[in-house]
Amino acid sequence: MTQGFHQHSSPHLPVKASVRRVMLMVMAAMIPGAAAMIHYFGAGVLVNMLLAVATGLATEALMLKWRARPLQPFISDGSIVLTALLLALAMPPLVPWWIPVFGMAFATIMGKHLFGGLGYNPFNPAMLGYAMLLIAFPFEMTAWLPPTPGGLYSLAESLRYSFTGVLPDAASIDAVSQATVLDTLRTGIALKQSIEEIRAAHPAIYLGISGFGWAWINGLFLAGGLWLMWRRIIAWQIPLAMLATLAALALIFWLLNEQRYASPLFHLFSGAAMLGAFFIATDPVTASTTPRGRLIYGTGIGILVYVIRTWGGYPDSIAFAVLLMNMTAPTIDYFTQPRVFGEEKS
Amino acid sequence: MTRKLHHFHGGLHLEFHKSMSMAAAVERAPLPKELVLPLHQHIGEPAEPVVAVGDTVLKGQRIARATDYVSAPVHASTSGRVVAIEERPVPHPSGLSAPCIVIESDGEDRWCERRPVADYRKLDPSALRNRIRDAGIVGMGGAGFPSHIKLNPAQDHAIETLILNGAECEPYITCDARLMQERPREIIDGLKIMRHALHARQCLIGIEDNKPEAIAALREALTAEESTFIEICVIPTIYPAGGEKQLIKVLTGREIPRNSLPASMGIVCHNVGTAAAVYRAIVHGEPLVSRFVTVTGEACEQPRNLEVAIGTPVATLLDAAACRREAMAELILGGPMMGFQLPGEDVPVVKTSNCILALPQDHRRNGQPVMPCIRCGACADVCPACLLPQQLYWYSHARDMDRVQDHYLFDCIECGCCAYVCPSHIPLVHYFRFAKTEIWAREREKKKADLARRRHEFRLERLEREKREKEERQRRKKELLKQKQAGKDGEEDAKKAAIEAAMQRVRARREEQHAAAKNAAEPGAETPSTVETGRKQEEHGE
Repeated sequence: MTQGFHQHSSPHLPVKASVRRVMLMVMAAMIPGAAAMIHYFGAGVLVNMLLAVATGLATEALMLKWRARPLQPFISDGSIVLTALLLALAMPPLVPWWIPVFGMAFATIMGKHLFGGLGYNPFNPAMLGYAMLLIAFPFEMTAWLPPTPGGLYSLAESLRYSFTGVLPDAASIDAVSQATVLDTLRTGIALKQSIEEIRAAHPAIYLGISGFGWAWINGLFLAGGLWLMWRRIIAWQIPLAMLATLAALALIFWLLNEQRYASPLFHLFSGAAMLGAFFIATDPVTASTTPRGRLIYGTGIGILVYVIRTWGGYPDSIAFAVLLMNMTAPTIDYFTQPRVFGEEKS
Repeated sequence: MTRKLHHFHGGLHLEFHKSMSMAAAVERAPLPKELVLPLHQHIGEPAEPVVAVGDTVLKGQRIARATDYVSAPVHASTSGRVVAIEERPVPHPSGLSAPCIVIESDGEDRWCERRPVADYRKLDPSALRNRIRDAGIVGMGGAGFPSHIKLNPAQDHAIETLILNGAECEPYITCDARLMQERPREIIDGLKIMRHALHARQCLIGIEDNKPEAIAALREALTAEESTFIEICVIPTIYPAGGEKQLIKVLTGREIPRNSLPASMGIVCHNVGTAAAVYRAIVHGEPLVSRFVTVTGEACEQPRNLEVAIGTPVATLLDAAACRREAMAELILGGPMMGFQLPGEDVPVVKTSNCILALPQDHRRNGQPVMPCIRCGACADVCPACLLPQQLYWYSHARDMDRVQDHYLFDCIECGCCAYVCPSHIPLVHYFRFAKTEIWAREREKKKADLARRRHEFRLERLEREKREKEERQRRKKELLKQKQAGKDGEEDAKKAAIEAAMQRVRARREEQHAAAKNAAEPGAETPSTVETGRKQEEHGE
C-alpha cells in the first residue's frame, strides 16, 4: 500500500504522554496524604471516596451520553475520578451518604459538563462542589472527627453511619464530632481568646505545630506534590507562590502579635494547605497557564487563603480562594505572555 | 579554543535513531530510467523550461532558467532525452502535482562541458554569486531559499559571522553527518568560497555532539591556517538546535529580532550541504544535480545514505534501502518532527529532500484519540520560540484570529515540539498552519475587498464628477444660448432699424421720385428687390 495513506500532520513519532497518565500520576501522588487522612480520621474517608467516585463516574457517563460524546475516552481519562477524590478528601470523614453524592453530581454537572466537559470548565469542579456543600449544609460539612490513629470507627461502622445515620453505642454525631484545629482557632480568636488560651482549652487536638495529625497529613501531601513537581506533571510556580505568600503573610502578622495570629508553620501544615497548593490550585484547566501568570495566580490564592482563614467565617478557605482566582485566570494569562524569542527586552 | 555556548528555551531530548543509517558509507543510488525534475524546487518563482520535448540533454545542462531574482535554474541530473514537460506529483504537503521536466536517461550519465574556476579568490564576489546562482544552488537544509541571495550582504549590514549549520537535529536524518564525515574538505572549501563572497570575518560550524565522527573528520581536515578563522563548535544535542535562529542563539548568544533576518545582525547561516554544493559548483563547475539523502526508518532493512540524482523517484531509494512495504505505515519526506507525509512513492527527490523515512505501524499517532486541551502548559515549556501553544490553540480553535496574532502565531517555527509532548494528542502544528493560511487568506480577502471598495468609491466619484461636468456643460450651454439669444435680439433690432431706415430712405426716395415722376417718367422696381434680399439674409441668419 503506497497510495492513499491517511494524511496527518507532523510530528510522526510515537506518543508518550496522555491525559490519563497525567491524572493517574496526580492520583498516585495523593496516596500518602490520603492514606494519612484515612489513618487519622478513619474509614469514613474511604466511604466518601467510594461514593464520590461512583457518583462521578455515573454522572459523567450520563452527561456524556446526553451530550452525545464518546463515552470510552472521556470516562477513562481519569479526570472525574481525580475530581471525586479531591472532593472526598475535602469533606469531613463522617457525613451522610447524600453529601458526597449530591456534591459530586453537582460538581460533575454544574462544574464540568455544563461548560463543555473536560478542558472547558472555568472553575475547579471539586471546589465548586465543596463550596456548594459548605454553604448548603454547614452543619454536616463542619462536623469533623477528632484525629485518632487508626480511626475512630471501622469501615462497617462508617458505612452504617453514612447510610443510616446511626453510630455505635447510639452516640450522636454532635457528641463525637468537633471542629478542626483550624476552625477551633478561628472561633476562639473571634471570641477574643489568646492562642495560649485556645491551646489550653483543646489539649487533645491542638498539639504540635499545627494540630494532632494534620502536620503529618500536610507533610505527606507536600511529599507527593514535590514528586509531581520533580516529574514535571505540575509546574512549580503555583504551589511555591501560594505557600510562600501564605507563610509570608502569616509571618508578618504573627510577628506583630503571636497571641492573636497563628504561626506560619501552623498555616502551612493545617487544613488543606498542602493538598490545596499541590493538588487543587494546580488543576491545569482552571489555573493560569503562563509562567508569570502562575506566580500571580498562586500569590492571589495565598493572600485569599490567609485573609479568609484569619478574618473570614469559614473553617478553611482553599475552596473559595481557588474559585475566586479561577475567575481571574484568563485575564492573567492574557497579560502575562512570556517574552517571545527575538522580542525586544522591555 | 572553546566558545561559550548559550541555551535556547524549551526543546526536546528525543530518541534520535541515527545510528541505524549512520553505519554504511554513502553510495550512489541507482540511476532510474526516468528522472522527474520539478520546476519549483526552491522558495521563489518557479523556473521556466528552456528545452523542448524531444531534446537531448547532457548531465549538468541547464533545462530551466530562473525567472526572477528569487528563483533558481534547474539542470539535467543525467544525460538523456526530454520526454515530457507536464504536471507530475511533487513532494509537497498539499500532495498536488506541479510542472516538471521528465528526462529519460540514456544510461551514459555524460556531463556537459564544465567550467571550473581556477582560483575563486581572483573572482569578484558578484561574479561568484552569479556562478552560484547559475549552478541552481538553494538551501539544502530543507527550506530551499536560493543561496546566492543569502551570499549577497546588504549595503548597510556588513557580515561579521558566517555560520554553517551541521546540527542536523531531527531524529533519523544523517545525510549531513555522513557528508561531514566523508567530504569535510569540500565543506571547508565551500565555506571559504562563501566567506569570500560575504567578506565575513569569522566562520563557525555548529555540530550537535551526537556526531563524533563528523566532528573528528572536520577537525582533521581543518588546516592550522584555516583554524584561525573557522571554528568547529560542538553543541548539545537538543531538538531543534538546528533551527536557524536557535543555532545562532546557541553559538553567539544573540537572538534574531522578530520579523528580521540574521543578516540584519551581521550573521548569515548556511547548511553544510549547501557549502559542499558551492564547492562543486565553483571548483568543479558542476551545478547542483545530486545530493545526499538518508533513506531510513524501521520499515527499511538496510537504512543508509545515498548520493541521489535530483529527480530520482522515492521508490528507487526505498528499493535501495530494502524497504519492506508491508511493514511501512507511513512514508515521510524529511524528519519525523517537521517532515510531511508523501502521497506516494512516485514523487521525485528534489534539491531540498534530505530524508526518506519509512515508518512502521507503531509510530502512528493518530490511533490515539484527540482529547480536549487541559492547559497543562507542557507545550509552552518546550516551545523554542517561547510561545504559548495552549493559548494559540485555544484561539485558533475558536477562530479568533486577532487574538492568535496577539499571541505571536507567526513566530511559530512549526518544529513540532508542542505536539510531541501534548498529553491530549492535539495536532497543534496542524492547527497553527491552518491558522496561518486562514490569516493569509483573510489578508488577501481584505486586500481584495479594499481594492473593490476603492474601485467602488472611485466609480461613485467618477459618476458624481461626470454628473457635475455634464450639469456644468449644460449650464454653460444654456448661458451661451441665452447670451446668443440676447445677442440676436439686439441684432434684429438693429436690422429692423436698418430696414426701417432703408424703408424710410426708399419711401423718401419714392416720394422724391414721385415728385420727380410727376415731373418725369417712372424709373423702375430696383428698390423693392433690395428689401427682399435683406429679408432673405435675415432668414439665413436664423
